[in-house]
This record gives sequence, structure tokens and C-alpha cells, in this order.
Amino acid sequence: MKNNLKKSFIILVIVLFLAIVLAIIKGAVNIPLAKFLLDENQAIFQLRLFRIMAALVLGSGLAVSGIVLQAILKNSLAEPYLLGTSSGAGLGAVIAIVLGISRVYLPLSAFLGAILSVILVYSLARQSNKINQQSLILSGVIVSVAFSAIIVFLVSMSGNEALHGIVWWLWGSLQVYDIKLLFIVAAVVLAGIISIYIFSQDLNAISIGEEEAMHLGIEIEKIKTILIVITSLITASLVCICGIIGFVGLMIPHMMRLVVGPNHKILIPFTCLAAGIFMVICDVIARSVMPPLEIPIGVITAILGAPTFIVLLKRSQRVK
Amino acid sequence: MKDIILKINGLTGGYNDEAIVKNISLDINKGDFFGIIGPNGSGKTTFLRLISRVLVPQKGNIELEAVDINKINLKNFCQRVAFVSQDTVVNFSFTVWEIVLMGRIPHLKRMQLETEKDFLAAKAALSMTDTLHLKDKKIDELSSGERQRVFIAKALAQQPDILLLDEPTSHLDIGHQIQVLDLLIKSNKEKNLTIIMILHDLNLASAYCNRIALLNTGSIFKQGLVEDVLTYQNIEAVYKTVVVVNRNPISKKPYVLLVPGER
Repeated sequence: MKNNLKKSFIILVIVLFLAIVLAIIKGAVNIPLAKFLLDENQAIFQLRLFRIMAALVLGSGLAVSGIVLQAILKNSLAEPYLLGTSSGAGLGAVIAIVLGISRVYLPLSAFLGAILSVILVYSLARQSNKINQQSLILSGVIVSVAFSAIIVFLVSMSGNEALHGIVWWLWGSLQVYDIKLLFIVAAVVLAGIISIYIFSQDLNAISIGEEEAMHLGIEIEKIKTILIVITSLITASLVCICGIIGFVGLMIPHMMRLVVGPNHKILIPFTCLAAGIFMVICDVIARSVMPPLEIPIGVITAILGAPTFIVLLKRSQRVK
Repeated sequence: MKDIILKINGLTGGYNDEAIVKNISLDINKGDFFGIIGPNGSGKTTFLRLISRVLVPQKGNIELEAVDINKINLKNFCQRVAFVSQDTVVNFSFTVWEIVLMGRIPHLKRMQLETEKDFLAAKAALSMTDTLHLKDKKIDELSSGERQRVFIAKALAQQPDILLLDEPTSHLDIGHQIQVLDLLIKSNKEKNLTIIMILHDLNLASAYCNRIALLNTGSIFKQGLVEDVLTYQNIEAVYKTVVVVNRNPISKKPYVLLVPGER
């Protein structure tokens, strides 16, 4: 069993490496690796490297947030945007545009919108110092619906050209606009994933049941709050650079659970790798299918992910 | 003179401001196999949740060897007190081994890897509950009897001094009921494990417990030795049902017979 895991891990690392090489050479124009030594190609090389970095950060961040929410809510359908980060970020961005605030502050207002909506969802779900799973899911849905309605209202009321730019928020993109911001987000996501990993034993216990976890000495409400704060920070920072990219946070954890099992000590590193590979490949496809046009990456994640997931699901059903 | 391990003083508690358990005082001795019985809604589960610290008392307290349990660090408390619920449905496919090893969490620091000692404790708990052969199976592929034994194994892997159980046999057939209770009485006898258990079945309570508390509307109606509590007068008064109490011809313990149609 242990050896099997090691083998799969090494295979994943190799696949990730190949995917990265592929992502460097493929694109609107294909450039062989050797040609990157030329000065004229340096700019493209850098640009592609940053996109790869964005893909890795985004994939692993969303997938690990998905894992955490699925464990806390004991629901494998939970996804990272469940707590309202996506609609909150969208609303933050739309309001900034409507108010005519400089584009430089757009990510900041999206981030604030995301955080505010999580706080709203969290406080709606909170009853006498406890977070009930059902109410958390319900408040997430309610806040999302309400915020989306306000977004649509603002967009339809305003003739502002800039609002068309908001579309990318709703579909997601790995285009890197601001390298400094990318590095900040990468740091937040990395720190977030490491802190979540420290809680992997707690996550195991929580996923068999909250009271079970309490009987194992885990201070459940405290740990839940910490984990919700970390995942919200991760998704909020990701939303403000990449917009909303569905499927990754929902399906990659699910797929990896079928492959390596639900033990978070193993699941988290495997999921980071798999989600990274998945996003890098999706981005290659998004860039190279119809050059110079770019297909929204959310479309690729869904088209590619759904069949893979079905195959895995069917196989695991057959084993049973 | 027996050692008191758990001393419950004027315990009142429940949900929000409502008191479901009212002013219960009780001593549990080291090595007791203590049964809690009573009709539906009499506060049995609430009482056990107060002891296991899921609920905080509104009044009164519970002392574990003279220390108020709510003043003990939760982790240290869980090294000494383990809990098995009625039925635990797990949505994720952990293996039996992973589940039982989770019983070691109270003994480990965060991120600390299990050592040989933890593996031995988990293995011993598996053999004790006759589930060693299920070690690599997934928890969601087991029958309810097997699953219940695995969760008891997890609790035993905690190596507690006190084991709390909330109707651990209510979803099992009679063969599995006896199997589970036999393994509990074995740990009770061999390891001097103190057991506090809610039971619905009065005859099982009679067969296995050495002391019993009969609860009614949140208070203790009667507590003491099995023979003193399980009398037809007590049972009829609390359950509002006509019964005949005989003796089990083999064990000589009280045996409760239901009398249908009589009120």
C-alpha cells in the first residue's frame, strides 16, 4: 500500500513536469524549447512561466479549499465558492467599476467583497456560538443568490463599458495582469495550504463526525472557525486574480479521494499535485485550440473534468 | 469501600436555556458497569452528553477523580474518557485501520506521527473486538454490527479509564447485541474499564450491569443494584406499562416480562 502511494506520487510529479514543459512550448505560437534561449523569446517564456505559476497556485488552492469545506460539511458536493466568495468578489468588483474607482484597486475591492460575504454567511449561520452545517450551506446559497441579483441589477442599469470587463470574473482566466499581485496571492495560498496540512489529523476526525471529533479531544468550533478563515482567504485571493473557475475545487478532491482514499495526510499533497497538473493542461488547451482566441478556462475544466470523473466513479462502483 | 471515579453533583443541563436533566447526583465507582435506563425523553442521552462534555452543565458539576471535568484540558479528558454512539455513519471511505488509529488522536500532538505504541494499542483494540480481519476494509462497506465493533475498537484504542456508550446495541440483532455486550464486559473485567451505558432493553441491562439508574422526566427515579431498581413497581410507575418481573433461571438476575393489553 505504502509503496503504491510512493509510486503514484512519483508518477504525478513526472506528469506535472511534463505538463509544465508542454505549457512552455505550446500556445498561440509553438516554440521549441531550444529556441527559448534566444533573447527575442524571453518575454514569451516569462509570460508562460507566470501563467504556469498562476495555474499551479489556483489549482492547488481551490482544490485544498474544496477538501476542507467537504470535510467540515461532511458533504462531497461542497465547493470552495460555497461560502459566497465568488458572488462577493463579483459584487465588490462591479461596485468598484460603477463608482469609477481606478482599475488598480479592482482586485482589492473584489477581495474585500469576498471577505465581507464570507463574514455575512458565517454570521448568518452562527447560532449560540456554534456553526450548523445545514445553516452554513443555506446561508451561503442565500447570500450568493442575493449578491448575484445585485450584480445583474448593477450591470443592467449601467451603460458603463468597463462592466463588460466583469465577464472575465464570471468565467475565469489565467491571464496574469499584475505579477506582484500574483506573487502575493501565491504566498497567501502556500501559507494557507501549509496551515491546513497541519490540521490534517483534525480534518480526518471531523470528517467522521463533529461529535466524534469532540470525543477525540478536538475543539471543534475553534478549529472550524480557523479552517473557514483560511479557506476564505485562499479563495478570496484567488478570485481576485483569476476570477471564478469552477469544477477544480469540487471534482479534483473527489477524484483523488477515489484514488488515494480520504486520509487528509495523504489526500492533501496528492490533490495539490493533481489539481496543478489539471489546471496547467487546461490552460494549454485554452490557449492553443483556437489561436489567437482564448477559450475561457472554466469551459475547459468542465469539458475535461466531467468525463474523467465519470470514468473514475464508474470504476470505483465496479470495485464495490 | 470502592473508589469513586466519577462524582456527579446536582447536575442540571440541556439545550439553550431549557433544562432536560434536572438535579442529578450520582457516584460511579471504578470498575462499574453502570446502566442508564428510562423511557424516551427521560433525559438519558442529554445526561450522557453532559458527562462527555458535548454539553456544558447549567448547574452542578461532574468530577473526574475530584477534578471538575469542564476544567480539564479537552485533550487530557479524552485520554481518559471515550464515547461510542448509537450508530456512526461515515460518508468518507476510511479504512477500518485508519478509523481505529484515530482513537490515538488524544494521545498525539498535532502533526505528530504515530509510534509503535499507538499501532500496538490499535491492534490490541482490533483483536479485542474481533475485527482484526477487517483491518484493510473500508468502513462504508461493513455491516452495522461490524461497524459498531470497529467504533468500539476506536474507543478502546483511546485506552480510556471510562467508556460511555449511547445505546450501542439498538441497531443490532440479538446475536450481535450479545457479542458487543460480551466484549464490553470482557474489557470491564480484564482491564477494570468503567462503563456507563444507556440501554433500552431492560433485560440486557439486567444481565450485564452491576448498577443501574432509572431516569424519569430528567431526574433519577431510582438508582442502585439491579435487583433494587428493576422491580415491577418501579418499572410500572415510570414506563406506565404493566410488567411482571421474574428471575432469569440461569443467571438469577431480574427478568422483565411485558404484559400486553393491560393498563
